[in-house]
Amino acid sequence: MSTSPAPRLARRINELVFLAFCWTATAVALLFLAAILWSLLSQGIGGLDLDIFTKSTPAPGSVGGLLNAIVGSLMMCVVAMVGAVLVGVLAGTWLSEYARDSHYGKVVRFLNDVLLSAPSILVGLFVYEVLVAPVKGFSGLAGSVALGLLAAPVITRTTEDVLRLQPTALREASVALGAPVWRTILAVIWKSARGGMLTGALLAFARISGETAPLLFTALNNQFLSFDLTKPTANLPVVIFNFALSAYDDWRRLAWAGALLIAATVLTVTVVARILAREPRRS
Amino acid sequence: MTVTADTAPAAAAPAPPRSAFGAAFDRGFEILCFSAATFLLTALGGIVVSLVIGGWPAFQTFGLNFFVSAEWDPVQEIYGAAGAVTGTLVSATLALVLALPLSLGIAIFLVELCPPILRRPIGTAVELLAGIPSIVYGMWGLFVFAPWFAKHVQMPIMMSARPGTLWETITTGVPNGAGILSASIILAIMILPFIAATMRELLLTIPAQVRESAYGLGSTTFEVVRKVSLPYIRTGAIGAVMLGLGRALGETMAVTFIIGNAHGFPTSIFASGSTIASTIANEFAEATEELHAASLIALGLVLFVITFAVLALARLLIGRQQHT
Repeated sequence: MSTSPAPRLARRINELVFLAFCWTATAVALLFLAAILWSLLSQGIGGLDLDIFTKSTPAPGSVGGLLNAIVGSLMMCVVAMVGAVLVGVLAGTWLSEYARDSHYGKVVRFLNDVLLSAPSILVGLFVYEVLVAPVKGFSGLAGSVALGLLAAPVITRTTEDVLRLQPTALREASVALGAPVWRTILAVIWKSARGGMLTGALLAFARISGETAPLLFTALNNQFLSFDLTKPTANLPVVIFNFALSAYDDWRRLAWAGALLIAATVLTVTVVARILAREPRRS
Repeated sequence: MTVTADTAPAAAAPAPPRSAFGAAFDRGFEILCFSAATFLLTALGGIVVSLVIGGWPAFQTFGLNFFVSAEWDPVQEIYGAAGAVTGTLVSATLALVLALPLSLGIAIFLVELCPPILRRPIGTAVELLAGIPSIVYGMWGLFVFAPWFAKHVQMPIMMSARPGTLWETITTGVPNGAGILSASIILAIMILPFIAATMRELLLTIPAQVRESAYGLGSTTFEVVRKVSLPYIRTGAIGAVMLGLGRALGETMAVTFIIGNAHGFPTSIFASGSTIASTIANEFAEATEELHAASLIALGLVLFVITFAVLALARLLIGRQQHT
């Protein structure tokens, strides 16, 4: 490193420009977050009244809410999560406890990662081909399957990650007490890792609750309140999509209110998941 | 400690032979877990197979022309993927060019510069950016960002472009704020937190001694980052970028809102265009003609192949970094 004055000045300028750039980059990201949250609040809060939760989506010009969409979204997400947790936890357990570094384990792990970041609209196309086209009918169940397929890889990944963090001594202690492997996994490993596994499930839920693309041609939409998942089912994302691009002001108002609802749910769940993930480190 | 006292005599006695039932249950549980893992594998396989079968009529009808032609005409039933593929690649690449320096700056800020008290709140805020659903980005992009962008960025640039220059050609368009560049900017904000988070993790894997010795030699932060940190995380960083690219390629709703949805090759950065995902989202539910639906599914297969290649490369590079 030269000590002559000119390069020293150049180094200082470089450093200052670089530091300024890093600060600016962070500020830009925070600014976008603030701008988006502000728009959601200012445009959405006006539409958030009791009607949203008590009335179904209206015809243009009449009074209505988002009840059918909220109910539909909840039902589909719950069904999707039940399936995804079942598959994801078991698959993650297999990767961590049985497969480890076996050849097949590596293949599953790699392809699960691919599935994790695969475009969600392709999952929608797949479910359409398998569950919608053959029976010639859109259904909430097809939507649930699409959402479940998006949530399962997330849960698999996080389950494997937290199970691998459990100390080997814990497994050895349980086996030394005479517990069979399944008992060790259920009563010791899962129990000790449950915080992390819950975080994974919450993150998966956050991911699917705002998903729109795979529902466009699986669950479709439904103007009325319906509890029948074998029929087309209303859901918040698709209602927001249709209403936002419509020409009616009251529909757009509902779309903003719906967007605020979804964003608030997703962000709350994400934050809760992060807090839960931090918990074990403290103890 | 009472546990030890209770179990000590039991351990001294000869272990009872494990019952056949217990062994069978143990095996059963392993098979259950194995099936779940295999199920995921089958799902991915199913996606590929269903896309190939569903898109086959389109490949059969148009042959190689499907990939070369940009003509997309549902009325005359002529479908070519080139326009949507170009739109996808251009918007994702532009998004990456915008997001990469920003996310690198954020990652370095969080690791090297941020005051410790602010580290967690700012880190969480950037993560929240990743949590905002795609459709919210789309609405915000179309109703808030696009008008602002048209007035404060697009109009001045179009006004100042000298007629006849290349600059004028690539900036022509309808000044409504929707188009390729707007879509890329929204995409950039969406992928930025993912790249920044991965970069941050990679920067944290650098042994403290390595960075500290560089500082000890009198290096500035800039020099440490440029000559020590970045070379150290190079492979993984490229992987992180590819991961971001993979996301940008497949992003659907936000792009559908703001790209303008015009078929054919995009003519300028402000022109309307379409991506593979936005075309499918817009048309699939209404595609009643068999060939139209098949062409859309074939488009999906093209998207799958592109993203699979990008994601596979990304995982390979990131995996390699973490092992060394």
